[in-house]
Amino acid sequence: MTIKILHLYPKEMNLYGDHGNVLAIKRRCEWRNINVEVINYEPGDAIPKDIDIIFGGGGQDSGQSKIEEDLQRIGPKLKSMVEDGAPCLVICGIYQLFGKYYRTADGTKIVGANILDIVTNAGPERLIGNVIINSYGFGEIVGYENHSGLTSIGPNAKPFGEVASGAGNNGKDGTEGCHYKNCIGTYLHGPILPKNPKLTDFLIKKALERKSHTEIKLQKLDDEIEHKAHTSAASRPR
Amino acid sequence: MEKVSILIGKGVQKITHLRGGGGSALPGLVVERINPNFMKKILSKLPYGVVVISGTNGKTTTTKIVSELLQKQGLKVFTNNTGSNFVRGVISAILQSIKLNGKFDFDIAVLELDEAHAVKFTEVAPIDYALLLNVQRDQLDRFGEIDHTAELLQKVATATRKTVILNREDPRVSKIKAEHVEYFGLSNQLIKKFPSDDDLISKKQTKSSSQTAKVIFQDLKNNRATYIADTKNYTVNLKLKGAYNAFNVAGAIALCHCILPDVKIKKFFDHTANIESAFGRGESFTINGAEVELLLVKNPSAFQLSIASFADNDCDYMIAINDKIADGRDVSWLWNVNFSQLPKIKVVSGIRAYDMALRLKYDNISVDNIIEDLPTAIREFTSNGKKHKRIFATYTAMLEIRKIISGKSIL
Repeated sequence: MTIKILHLYPKEMNLYGDHGNVLAIKRRCEWRNINVEVINYEPGDAIPKDIDIIFGGGGQDSGQSKIEEDLQRIGPKLKSMVEDGAPCLVICGIYQLFGKYYRTADGTKIVGANILDIVTNAGPERLIGNVIINSYGFGEIVGYENHSGLTSIGPNAKPFGEVASGAGNNGKDGTEGCHYKNCIGTYLHGPILPKNPKLTDFLIKKALERKSHTEIKLQKLDDEIEHKAHTSAASRPR
Repeated sequence: MEKVSILIGKGVQKITHLRGGGGSALPGLVVERINPNFMKKILSKLPYGVVVISGTNGKTTTTKIVSELLQKQGLKVFTNNTGSNFVRGVISAILQSIKLNGKFDFDIAVLELDEAHAVKFTEVAPIDYALLLNVQRDQLDRFGEIDHTAELLQKVATATRKTVILNREDPRVSKIKAEHVEYFGLSNQLIKKFPSDDDLISKKQTKSSSQTAKVIFQDLKNNRATYIADTKNYTVNLKLKGAYNAFNVAGAIALCHCILPDVKIKKFFDHTANIESAFGRGESFTINGAEVELLLVKNPSAFQLSIASFADNDCDYMIAINDKIADGRDVSWLWNVNFSQLPKIKVVSGIRAYDMALRLKYDNISVDNIIEDLPTAIREFTSNGKKHKRIFATYTAMLEIRKIISGKSIL
């Protein structure tokens, strides 16, 4: 069995080492003798069949504007995959564009892929620094945020967690990220997965279960370094 | 007016010095306020003009190479080697070197300026030559600046009165336009060793461009570098460490030969052999009989080039990662570096030692010791074996290690 990871726009959306998330999924599969194939998706490409995990990272503004149109095109396909329970992790820029819209500082409304029930409005300042959240279902999560968009969650989705330290979705309501079915959207870089292996394993487990239609128990790995790096990151000031 | 400015500027310098402030920019600030044309007037008198060296990586070392090569030819070179690479810093450096009677006894200014300050500099003083090295992603907590940076360098090129020397292999630099352009480049065999910023992240490999280069860096075996200039081969045994410094040499020599076209280019190559690395850029120390090299890694592209240059199975390696402001608070950038060419790592250290160990784990590289405390880590790393040793360190970790080693507190 081979797990296929669709990496959305690796060239345009590549800031903050987010592709480390793909590496984390890949290695934790390989260490369990699960085959992995990573498909680097660039604008205009066709989406291959049998994708098991969807991933998209953060990018600079110029990268974001390059992919908006393409994301409109493939949005319905991605949405049907998420609705069908495909595990998915989207960070920062792609998280915002998975929502209903992003309203820029000059009032322009960029329509999103409408996969997550969130809306984002440009904020007055960048929210930057280390973040700790208490997630719903994955324990304490550490990461690093750097965004100016302020995101609010609608009634059809729940937050990924509550902020223990940092700004999160909007710096006001104490929420961070969004969790809908097996899709998680978040502002956390770091990259998020290596220091939060429980989340990585959730994506892998859900991918295997969706593929095999049976419940899967993943083989345990030695996560001592992961936990120490997590603790060390959590001890750093904002 | 100039004499009054000098007097006041030097006065401020003395006061800040007496008060124990490093304050290298304050005298510059004062003079800039009272006499905005001060720098322009002083620099315009230089017979060989003003050279600006800019780009993301390699400015300090390249400025050192160019300055020393021109000095060897008998030129009196003014340079801002205090690291004050912005306009006020340059004014302060001028104030330090100028005589009270206004005599500024130099032939040429060779200035290291970062991209934004280079543009500001062109607005207040003339530039005769510009050497533009590369446009690469800096620490990632700066936001989305890479295309903007290329635009800044274009402005510098436009303002340059004589010749602009460009890195042919960096796509954002090689497309810069100017009236007189010369290129320095890489041989085809070396191009894959020098990923451009796009190559680090895209599946599409950037190809070499077709412009003719004045100096081509051909090959590097151990420290023996070969170059091609005007169809002739030149070989140099470099003291400078690493392939990227050997590449900077190509840019430096192309520049020097534009400034002094009557000097045989071979002389520049010969003189390059004796040039040593700049502070923290491959400095070497001897500890317990073994050579220890200290290599600054400040962003993913610099780290990647350093690995390409220095991966060697016969060496012991240590990596020290801090996350203070000068290092970049966000350590995510470590995940944009591919470590798989490195052998096992003897020690990882620094405030974010566990992040580094984790990063190496996901490239399947084993780590012998994780020691957050730097003095303990250095003691462990240098305690045994005559093997050549290399330390990759972020900025504040480098400063700390330098202090530990030169303070000999552990020897």
